[in-house]
Amino acid sequence: MTKKKVVMDAEAIDRSLTRITYEILERNKGTEDLVVIGIRRGGECLAKRLSKMIGKIEGTEIPMGILDVTLYRDDFMTSKEKPTPRKTDIPFSLDQKKVILIDDVLFTGRTIRAAMDALIDFGRPRLIQLAVLIDRGHRELPIRADFIGGSLPSALWDEIKVSLNEQMEGDEVLIIEG
Amino acid sequence: MELSKKDILDIGDLSVEEINLILDTAESLKEISTRKIKKVPTLRGKTIINLFYEASTRTRTSFEIAAKRLSADAVNISTSTSSVAKGETLIDTAKTLESMSPDIIIIRHSASGAPHILARLLQQSVINAGDGKHEHPTQALLDMMTLREKRGSLEGLKVAIVGDIAHSRVARSNIHGLTKMGAEVALCGPVVMMPRHIEKLGVTVHHSMEDAIRGVDVIMMLRIQFERQGTNTFPSMREYSKYYCLTGDRIRLAHDDVLVMHPGPINRGIEIAPDVAYGPYSVILNQVTNGVAVRMALLYLLAGGK
Repeated sequence: MTKKKVVMDAEAIDRSLTRITYEILERNKGTEDLVVIGIRRGGECLAKRLSKMIGKIEGTEIPMGILDVTLYRDDFMTSKEKPTPRKTDIPFSLDQKKVILIDDVLFTGRTIRAAMDALIDFGRPRLIQLAVLIDRGHRELPIRADFIGGSLPSALWDEIKVSLNEQMEGDEVLIIEG
Repeated sequence: MELSKKDILDIGDLSVEEINLILDTAESLKEISTRKIKKVPTLRGKTIINLFYEASTRTRTSFEIAAKRLSADAVNISTSTSSVAKGETLIDTAKTLESMSPDIIIIRHSASGAPHILARLLQQSVINAGDGKHEHPTQALLDMMTLREKRGSLEGLKVAIVGDIAHSRVARSNIHGLTKMGAEVALCGPVVMMPRHIEKLGVTVHHSMEDAIRGVDVIMMLRIQFERQGTNTFPSMREYSKYYCLTGDRIRLAHDDVLVMHPGPINRGIEIAPDVAYGPYSVILNQVTNGVAVRMALLYLLAGGK
């Protein structure tokens, strides 16, 4: 039987995001040149919340974009199932921007590698910082996050499931033991 | 969902789900062409051959650009400068090309069914870029993409296809595609350009242009296929354009926000008036833009991954 365990509830997620927001603002000394890019699909909702929170604290909206990394993945030729690419929506240049890249779970690091390759095609950012809600370890590439909601040691075969929605109702992070 | 096919030979062979998958993928890939760096690395190391036995500007260029935007290598072969001019047969040419291990072969040929022969013969994926009077599936897909983009859905759209139906592979592909996706298709053209029994494909047939386009949402004009016609198809060009040219006056019979389409190249002043071709209702250039996206989608869906 598979075991499910809630490791973060809605309140914990909200607190983590609030802390990350302040950390981002502190590290970057405000919102100048700051943009948020969420990785589809897990990072999409997080990017929206983050830019909203920053707006609330600093009183200025920062640009937000959504990135689909399907076309940059390194397993395109080998994977059995071909993922359907979705729309990338970054309606501004990234030249000289401070990019906060955000995703829900950091695992092997391969998605982030693909995302960084994709970002460079949209200009030359001044820097890219990585924010994740969960870092579950098991990196296969030399990649680390700058802002982490929570570290969650997991077995390679466990599944981490992040459920978020726009209304912020019933948000949770689950670990499903394999 | 995945495209389970090796080849794209005709629209008749695609299911509604497959058409939707292709159009959804194309919609996602369209954005790449608007970037400063118009290229993604997805099909690195894949080789695509454009084998064109007939003249083409937009289809060949469109396939080549689509391949290059996905980082595939594209090779173009036109018959006038190849061994075809020395009398090599289609099958021998195909076998020769196969030995150079391409991944996808795109073929246009004046003989209906030529891509199907290649598809059976070769291990590689084959895409039909127009075969004789049979089908031109990528044109129908880009037309459907354009309509879906402009109107949200194809369901219930009233479409009139006007002109040389008998010789038009564009018409045949669109009839299959549009009816499959729930549009109502009316065909219109002189008797000599209308295949008999075509209403069996689920379309209505008209010979008066005014009747055909009254109240429609879309008018799709076809090019007169001079190269595919015998000598006695119609008395004179003037007579044809008098009855079947899409003019500013005729457009007023259609729906207020009608869309005017043409697969190109246009015969100015014969089947379409120049001011209509580039007028406010025209989506002819959107069709060309979407052509690249649809072909990128097909290359993506057919290449690799297995």
